Amino acid sequence: MNLPPELKRIQEEIEGYARDYGLDFCETIFEILDFKQLNEVASFMGFPNRFPHWRFGMEYERLSKSYAYGLHKIYEMVINNDPCYAYLLQCNNYVDQKIVMAHVYGHGDFFKNNFWFSKTNRKMMDEMANHATKVRKYIDKYGYNEVEEFIDICLSIDDLIDRHAPFIERRGRKVASDLLDPEAEQTVKKIKSKDYMEEFINPPDFMELQQRKIEEDKLKKRGYPEAPEKDVVLFLIENAPLENWQREILELIREESYYFAPQGQTKIMNEGWATYWHSKIMTQRALRDSELIDYADHHSGTVATQPTRINPYKLGLELFKDIEDRWNRGKFGKEYEECDNIETKKSWDKDLGLGREKIFEVRKIYNDVTFIDTFMTEEFCEEQKLFVYKYSPEQEAYVISDRDFRKVKQQLLFSLTNFGQPFIFVKESNYENRGELYLYHRHEGIDLKVDYGKETLRNIQTIWTRPVYLETVVEGRGKIFKFDGEKHSERNL
Amino acid sequence: MALKIEQDHNRFRQIVRGKIKANLKKYISHEELIGRKGKDLISIPIPQIDIPTFRFAPRSQGGVGQGDGDSGTPIAVDEDEGSGEAGNLPGEHLLEVDITLEELAQILGEELELPKIEPKGHQKIQTEKDKYAAIHRSGPESLRHFKRTYKEALKRQITSGAYSLKNPLILPIREDKRYLSWKTKPTPECNGLIVYMMDVSGSMGDEQKEIVRIETFWIDTWLRSQYKGLVTRYIVHDATAKEVNEEMFYHIRESGGTMISSAYHFFNKMIDEEYDLGQWNIYGFHFSDGDNWSGGDTDKCISLLQKELLPKVNLFCYGQVESTYGSGEFIRELEDELDSAENLITSKIESKDDIYNSIKQFLGKGK
Repeated sequence: MNLPPELKRIQEEIEGYARDYGLDFCETIFEILDFKQLNEVASFMGFPNRFPHWRFGMEYERLSKSYAYGLHKIYEMVINNDPCYAYLLQCNNYVDQKIVMAHVYGHGDFFKNNFWFSKTNRKMMDEMANHATKVRKYIDKYGYNEVEEFIDICLSIDDLIDRHAPFIERRGRKVASDLLDPEAEQTVKKIKSKDYMEEFINPPDFMELQQRKIEEDKLKKRGYPEAPEKDVVLFLIENAPLENWQREILELIREESYYFAPQGQTKIMNEGWATYWHSKIMTQRALRDSELIDYADHHSGTVATQPTRINPYKLGLELFKDIEDRWNRGKFGKEYEECDNIETKKSWDKDLGLGREKIFEVRKIYNDVTFIDTFMTEEFCEEQKLFVYKYSPEQEAYVISDRDFRKVKQQLLFSLTNFGQPFIFVKESNYENRGELYLYHRHEGIDLKVDYGKETLRNIQTIWTRPVYLETVVEGRGKIFKFDGEKHSERNL
Repeated sequence: MALKIEQDHNRFRQIVRGKIKANLKKYISHEELIGRKGKDLISIPIPQIDIPTFRFAPRSQGGVGQGDGDSGTPIAVDEDEGSGEAGNLPGEHLLEVDITLEELAQILGEELELPKIEPKGHQKIQTEKDKYAAIHRSGPESLRHFKRTYKEALKRQITSGAYSLKNPLILPIREDKRYLSWKTKPTPECNGLIVYMMDVSGSMGDEQKEIVRIETFWIDTWLRSQYKGLVTRYIVHDATAKEVNEEMFYHIRESGGTMISSAYHFFNKMIDEEYDLGQWNIYGFHFSDGDNWSGGDTDKCISLLQKELLPKVNLFCYGQVESTYGSGEFIRELEDELDSAENLITSKIESKDDIYNSIKQFLGKGK
């Protein structure tokens, strides 16, 4: 539904403020949805059109239920697209809508300007709809269950991509015709002959030899990746014996994965930035006296903290504010770093006024990992009361284990690296010269969830069709898991 | 308005149904479900339906948090521990899903291959009723729902600013129109009476009563899905019988001897006095440990069944639960004496695991 006149007026007002502050965003289209529609869109991860799959239905059930029980409420959704789409919840009051709009313009600016989004498809709204059409077409042709089963498998590995790949030209992408064309050279070509000459023109021994050679070649062709391949999905697309429709589906799911990747890589920054701007716009410009309490209530909910989880809105907001303050007062550089008088440091003020400029620069070139790594200081960590927690078997609970700055930073960076996912590579695709696939988990101190790992291995095997291995470490011991199509096995390294 | 997500949502529900069906045996032998029963819905915990991925083991991970507290301060208990089972496998997260009792009965029927119940006599006639209960966006003009259409038009005009208080003219356009729609529902025109009888003498312990409770819950769920106006009554007995309400039925504990005939007599009197046999489909379920007072009383029971009860009821089921004092003779004697009776079913329930089969025995004939 289009915006009613009153909201339209508010939107124009907020958009004006956002532009005054120097935010730079694509045209933003707001739509009003009731909670059912909003839950629907949220289940589809923001897009009104997705390929059919039960996982979206499961998400819908979860969202509807927690909405019904009053456990949570989605205030806003915004889609990185040109034009940018944002949804407003119908039953919200005007001050909520104002906050959401201001917040959305923050996101819009971030999407448009942050470097990590520079390669994302800005016409994803259309692309997703195309994907949906494609999948529906395959469903009509091959049947619901067949397609669904395959999508289950794809979704099980869709995070095995190389998140930095869009920026690196490693090698030319193989084109479809280079890929295994399944039927072509499976059998030796015979030379045409009359019956009685057959034996001489196509001697059986020779034919057999040739046939064997072709089969050996085929195994070899599944060749090694030259270096361990992080984009496992791409590797499978190029090398696994998939049917064309399967390859298409895997490819479109990979594309969606790459589309969502930068949002995962910049969650803290993106939310921090949007929160920074809704707070600036509201408190300096848009807020009316009568709305103050509602605003404060909403905002405090947005930045509330929990002991077990980092709130990206809060952390991002505070870090941006800290950077702005430091650059305003000149609290950076050699002179400041080398000063060892705590009092001087505290009251340091060179009155540079570079803060605003600096945070705009930060939102342009950083992602969460570099953002935290570069700007999180010991003072900040202490002020924000950050700590590391661990599972304590004695207390059968998660307990605070440390407040040391370096450890907090290390743990935080670790949890953000690779989107908090394990690093998995394709190491060999002709393992033991039998065309078997060998995957490698680069263990960095944390074990994999074994039962899930095994099931995932099974899924990859379904695609690869030959046995599949995974090398990892479990409780300090090197292990190789194998699934051969029928059963799981494992051995120590 | 129809949502696109509905297709996916339905598919998900279908998967859930499959899960419930696959685990039905487990659900049947656990009392847990009964406690989750609401008015129309029942909430069932099923194993998380999830797509596997390579991910980190949650416990070895730890993380960063924010807030007050010294080293060692617990901040969260481990949810994975919930199941209380030993072993090194992490407990599975459970997903709570709501399904209607009707749906549950349907699953039960499919899984146990329970036949649809054939009501007796002339009551087989079903009436079909058209019920106008749904609102659609398209339909014939004759079924246009005036009030809804008006509301939609009003809403649209207010939001688009086309409504004015001075000239409150509402003009519905095509998108505003709402139509009534109907569903044809066959409703069996028959009435069902179920009478549950339970032996509450000293030898029936809590465990036995729990078995009875679970089994009656499932029987009730099934029969309710088959009859529209189902009446349920409860009789307990030791040496004498009396009628109680549902709550009492499960919680009462008497001691004393056992005279099963008292219950059968009471049941018979109830039928004679209150129910017209032509109108009612009557079911009797009796649970006991089978330790009857005397052979004489057992004979009395058999003759009561033979002459009075069996000709009147659709089905008479006797379930014998194993008590700590061993199992009685009653079931054997019933089987010996009334072997030819078609509508008498006996079943031995030695433990909770037998409930599944027992339900199948009782209801498998479709009487």
